[in-house]
Amino acid sequence: MVAIVPDYGIWLAAILFAIGMAGLLVRRNIVFMLMSIEIMLNAAGLVFIVGGSRWDQADGQVLFLLILALAAAEVAIGLALILLFHRRYQTLDADAANRLRG
Amino acid sequence: MLHYLWLIPALPLFGFFVLAVTGGRLPKPIAGAVGTASVGLSMLAVLAVWVQVSFAPLPNGGHTQVLWRWMTVSDFTPTVSLYVDHLALIMMSVVTFVSFLIHLYSNEYMETDDGYSRFFAYMNLFVGSMLILVMAGNLLFFYVGWEGVGLCSYLLIGFWYDNADFDRAARKAFIVTRIGDTAMAIGFFLLFNSLGTLNIQELMHRAAANWTVGQGMAIAGSALILGGAVGKSAQFPLQVWLPDAMAGPTPVSALIHAATMVTAGVYIIARTHVLFALAPSIQLLVAIIGALTLLIAGFSALGQNDIKRILAYSTISQIGYMFLALGVGAWAAGIFHLMTHAFFKALLFLAAGVVIHAMDGEHDIFKMGGLRKTLKVAFWPFLIGSAALTALPLITAGYYSKDLILTNAFTARNGAWWLWVMGIVGAGLTGLYIFRAVFVAFFGEAKRPVIHYPKLRIVIPLLVLSCLSIVGGFVEIPPHLGDIEAFTNFMASALPAVLLNQQPVSSVTLAWLQIAAGLVAIGSICFAAKLFARRAPLFNMLARSRGGRAIKQFWAVGCGFDWVYLRTLKRPYRRLAYINRNDVVDAVYTGVAAMTRGFYYLLSMTQTGRLRWYAAGIAAGMVAFVALAVWR
Amino acid sequence: MPIAFYISALIAIGATLLTVTRYNAIHALLYLVVSLLAVAVVFYTLGAPFAAALEVIIYAGAIMVLFVFVVMMLNIADMAGRERRWLNARMWIGPGAMSLVLFGEIIYMLIAGPVKAQPVHYVGPAAVGVALYTRYVLAVEIASMLLLAGLIGAYHLGRRDRGRRPGREA
Repeated sequence: MVAIVPDYGIWLAAILFAIGMAGLLVRRNIVFMLMSIEIMLNAAGLVFIVGGSRWDQADGQVLFLLILALAAAEVAIGLALILLFHRRYQTLDADAANRLRG
Repeated sequence: MLHYLWLIPALPLFGFFVLAVTGGRLPKPIAGAVGTASVGLSMLAVLAVWVQVSFAPLPNGGHTQVLWRWMTVSDFTPTVSLYVDHLALIMMSVVTFVSFLIHLYSNEYMETDDGYSRFFAYMNLFVGSMLILVMAGNLLFFYVGWEGVGLCSYLLIGFWYDNADFDRAARKAFIVTRIGDTAMAIGFFLLFNSLGTLNIQELMHRAAANWTVGQGMAIAGSALILGGAVGKSAQFPLQVWLPDAMAGPTPVSALIHAATMVTAGVYIIARTHVLFALAPSIQLLVAIIGALTLLIAGFSALGQNDIKRILAYSTISQIGYMFLALGVGAWAAGIFHLMTHAFFKALLFLAAGVVIHAMDGEHDIFKMGGLRKTLKVAFWPFLIGSAALTALPLITAGYYSKDLILTNAFTARNGAWWLWVMGIVGAGLTGLYIFRAVFVAFFGEAKRPVIHYPKLRIVIPLLVLSCLSIVGGFVEIPPHLGDIEAFTNFMASALPAVLLNQQPVSSVTLAWLQIAAGLVAIGSICFAAKLFARRAPLFNMLARSRGGRAIKQFWAVGCGFDWVYLRTLKRPYRRLAYINRNDVVDAVYTGVAAMTRGFYYLLSMTQTGRLRWYAAGIAAGMVAFVALAVWR
Repeated sequence: MPIAFYISALIAIGATLLTVTRYNAIHALLYLVVSLLAVAVVFYTLGAPFAAALEVIIYAGAIMVLFVFVVMMLNIADMAGRERRWLNARMWIGPGAMSLVLFGEIIYMLIAGPVKAQPVHYVGPAAVGVALYTRYVLAVEIASMLLLAGLIGAYHLGRRDRGRRPGREA
């Protein structure tokens, strides 16, 4: 492989993570919020791959695999909760569930 | 016998204890007997001490009996100790003897009252406290007695506590004397701080050894003690409580506010005379206060219609004479007058009590009349007491004591002719106001029928005190007339002699002084007779005029002191208390709570319940942490 | 070869941007799939083909498909309209600022040290497998337990029980 500056991989991860975070805070629909979380998880995984590539170790990909498993389980539960939410409030508005107000 | 010195204050206190514990359950005769007997036994104990002292004089002038050590706080170790010298002996005798007579009188006087047992309990507590005060060996124990008599004064003035006015009078007495008490306590603190002891004799020795005349600490200490004395003895400017204290039963007025408690101030000044000798400016102040007070009170007495209030102002005035004596350095003369005053003032009050009971509770002398014929048993004592008070020459005790004071005011080194003049004017006023009472109440035609005649237990004390008011002065007769100096000689071991002027006054001048005093006394009686026995038309006109009535009103309210205190002290203080009614100090604590509550409200605003808000919070926190990591 | 990296990076960024700004959920999901595929290519250029394959199969292939199924199942009417109402330009200020700050901090950390070109190492599936089942075998077990928990949880939460008494919470 020709030398690439792996740092640019982290740049990419940073950009994706920032976009994901902005999306999480801006959107009011729960589904979009969950999507933004996925974006952020993906960006974190990218960082691990970059690390593994730079240090020539398999650990980066192993950790990426574990993050993937985590994301899968999380999405499953998250979507189930969205279903429940929708059944309860008849809407996907995240602000609808505010009864824990102080 | 001196070993049993402690019995003297302990017996009345034991009587108090018994009466307090049984709380009114004893039948009246027994309660009265307990009360009177305890004081009587105490009196006998004092007599026993006299007997012993006449055989074997006291070593070093005084005998100390240490009862126990009160407390030990680093180097402060006061004891409970009794000290008896000739001064204390005289005081003890006066207190126990007059108290005994008044207790006997009260047995009959308070017969119909429901609080009979309570009355004797308080009276016994009072006598016990007064004896502690007189016999105390150190200033701390003295203060116990001082406070004790103040407490009993409050309890007894407000004895009929259902009446709100009487309660107010009791509170007034307590609060005004409290001002003096605080000053005196501070004085004691200062003295202890600079001289290291509170034992009175030791204190006097150290003061004499270490301090020079005019020393600042001596001035401060004696000034503060003077403050306390002024409060307790009802002198200018703290005399306002005594006239209102007449709300208490007449025996109380006789005992506490004539013969004993109000003389405690005189006693403490005499006890700490070394300090006053070291602070001549303060001693002069004592004399000036005495002179001013005797005039103010004399004028005020002229404006009163209530017989007890006349006697109250008279007391204030006579104690002014005692202060005058102390102020010019005639210590023994002051104590002498204290003794004779106890006799004739108690006599006057007891006789007044008989009159009041006879008139079915009437106090106003203008509503009485003609009692000379209808109530002889009160007329003669009252007349004798009045004569003694006026210092009728030669035949009354009051003459010898007051004359001694006046002479010393003129001839002492610390005396001054203008002090003498004020004293003489005061003497004239005295005759005027007391014989005004005599002529208005006892002469003329009767306005009310007599409904009650006293019996033996009242008559005996009146008789005894009448005799003492006549012969009690014969222990000290001036040079021209017999030159007996028994009293001053007796006091010499405890009190220094009066320092006389550089050039001695000639005996001719002395004679003129005494003649002047005698003439003033007799003249005032005649003047009073002219004014009040047969109303002179000129006087009538003066009295009824606008100016006359205004003056009478001014005198009637005690020369306006209450008015001044109301405006300068009471109202501003009440306004301040009202402004601070929510207690600014409390605001600190409630402020802390309010601040916490405020923070709570602020913080609870962060709990919106909205998901995105929380996410934003997490994100912001994360950003902050990363920033922290980056810039560390 | 580096050019592949840059192109797919640009595609990933663009697709992600589009994802978070769409009104229609399905459109956003599809764009997200594109983004994931681009990231998979990035993995490949970084010498991690195994990770690239996993990304495509599992992330884009399973997880996103799950998303699409659920969104279609919800069957929201007029979702685009609602989103239009909820999303306006003013909303972007705060989050946008915060994201920019975070991005800036990370970049600051990156450029603070000396920047030098590093070689890209190729780590093949065999090496990954060996590492996975020797050094990280415990993590594999735990991950499988996590998936089991997720499975059971999702089943339970998504269940519609019959004969539910009225007034009971879900």
